[in-house]
Amino acid sequence: MKLPKTVQKELHYKMLLTREFEQAAAKLFIQGKVHGTAHFCIGEEATGVGVCSALEKEDYITQTHRGHNQGIGKNMDINRMMAEFLGKETGYCKGKGGCMHIADFSVGSLGANGIVAGGMPIATGAALSQKYRKSENITVCFFGDGAANEGAFHESLNLASVWKLPVIFVCTNNYYGMSTHINKSMNIEDISIRATSYGIKGLALDGNDVVTIYEETKKAKEYVKEHGPMLMVLNTYRWMGHSKSDSQLYRSKEEVEEWKDRCPIKRHREYLLENKIFTEKELDSMHEEAAAAVKAAVEFADNSPEPKIENIFDDVYAD
Amino acid sequence: MRDITYAQAINEAMSEEMRKDDSIIFFGEDVGIYGGAFGVSRGMFEEFGEERVRDTPISELVITGCAAGAAMTGLRPIVEIMFSDFMMLAMEQLANQAAKNRFQFGGQGSVPMVLRTPGGSGTGAAEQHSQSLEALVAHIPGLKVVIPSTPYDAKGLLKAAIHDNNPVVFIEQKLLYRVKGPVPEVEETYTIPLGVADVKREGTDLTIITYGRMVQRCLTVAEQFAESGEANIEVIDIRTLVPLDKETLIKSAKKTGRVLIVHEACQTGGFGGELSSTIVESDAFFYLDAPVKRLGGLDVPIPYNPQLEAQVVPTEEKIIAAVRELL
Repeated sequence: MKLPKTVQKELHYKMLLTREFEQAAAKLFIQGKVHGTAHFCIGEEATGVGVCSALEKEDYITQTHRGHNQGIGKNMDINRMMAEFLGKETGYCKGKGGCMHIADFSVGSLGANGIVAGGMPIATGAALSQKYRKSENITVCFFGDGAANEGAFHESLNLASVWKLPVIFVCTNNYYGMSTHINKSMNIEDISIRATSYGIKGLALDGNDVVTIYEETKKAKEYVKEHGPMLMVLNTYRWMGHSKSDSQLYRSKEEVEEWKDRCPIKRHREYLLENKIFTEKELDSMHEEAAAAVKAAVEFADNSPEPKIENIFDDVYAD
Repeated sequence: MRDITYAQAINEAMSEEMRKDDSIIFFGEDVGIYGGAFGVSRGMFEEFGEERVRDTPISELVITGCAAGAAMTGLRPIVEIMFSDFMMLAMEQLANQAAKNRFQFGGQGSVPMVLRTPGGSGTGAAEQHSQSLEALVAHIPGLKVVIPSTPYDAKGLLKAAIHDNNPVVFIEQKLLYRVKGPVPEVEETYTIPLGVADVKREGTDLTIITYGRMVQRCLTVAEQFAESGEANIEVIDIRTLVPLDKETLIKSAKKTGRVLIVHEACQTGGFGGELSSTIVESDAFFYLDAPVKRLGGLDVPIPYNPQLEAQVVPTEEKIIAAVRELL
């Protein structure tokens, strides 16, 4: 399959936007402008971007706490994402959720989750809605390698399988649940083999190959509509620590450097150049555009008002 | 009016609403052909079919979370958790997901779901199938909590819970399932709004605030005191813990000046503490002729032996003794 140039541009731009967004967010952190914590996905951009770019707006996703790539992939507004990061009134959650809970129901994001595997039952329910309503749309459930050891993983994959729900369970395996390598938390190397236990299809992909991820997601979407769920594992790597307070004593610098060489953005750039899809100049200008958009988002967030305590009881209950 | 059981009233509430609104679906363990562990949903599978009445694997966490996800995306699911003790297995999705969804996402969505589950002791089901855990869920902002004490209330409150746009924990009383009571004819539709207490018996000398299975027990005691001429007791059934109708409680406390709170759940950390504080933190405090008294279950797990089981929750004798202390 040869992807249209517009799709290649979308994939590349969204990865650049994610990288720029997170680098800017990390800088805000250092400047002391971020109150809570943050979990960066630098190095994992191809996963969320590749999957979500293959979806339609009406397809649902549930995100993880390390999901800026997923949100940007699903066309969330980076101004409101950045504002939420800074806890501002204009943020997606009116400053009440922070970056662990970014959501945009209007583009099909049912929210990021602070609980590992917390979104898995939710995604199962969203897919139940779709199936019940005979919708042509599907749900993508993002989770990490750590979540694959939670009970919610088992219960969700099993129920989705029994009910043949249109959901792709996408595991972004970055090999570490905080500090714990998967070789200490599970006795398998390929997480996708767990699919067998649920009688569903499993697929393991290079999580840094955005083009393949995009193409396989397109196929997976058709597959799950017809056959019920599948488990897609994207093997990738988190360059930064787990969160803001991580001295990373559990892994070697060499290992990190090795993965940095496999940068998904660099790789896609080389691919685009080799195949003469875009010129250096065009790619540089995409990068500049992403950087400018993020700069504007930071300004938007910075200049946004703080939420007011008077509104604290809003949205505890719906009317 | 006709007399139907508490279980039948719940079945009617679900069935009548499902006939009107196809966004309502119902699922849980053995709720299909089996009709639910207590037979509450008997006949529903036959009427609504396997798309709308679904048996699930024994997976309380995903039953609850799946309901939340379906509720976020346009359905109005009702789920049955076979025993309220099993809410412990569902708690992550209930407390961290369903309850917080709307608030944490800045009001973008809502989670209109009902989690029905039987609570309470008295069936010889012992420690892990007999608890009264309402205080745990009442403590979590975002959840509403309902415990009906009669067939009439069960039907009307469940309908309100189904129409509510929030996650509602609807705790049924397993010992009441076979108890009959007057309920309007099927064609006479009614709902009972959440957050309105019911004065089940008017009185002047002392107020008993209670809910669930203990309501009837307190009413029996109140009648005994009335017959003996010893006291005229008011019995208030709060019906919903969240939202709580504080006004009715405070008004009654001011009238009688004596308040006894009765519930089956363990006394320590029980909802009685909240009810007591509702009275003593209000201006009703100045009308009290005696300290507010709580009578909860003993702070022990529910034991198996029937004599022991009966004695760890408020009995008529214990309620009578508590009333006498206050008079």
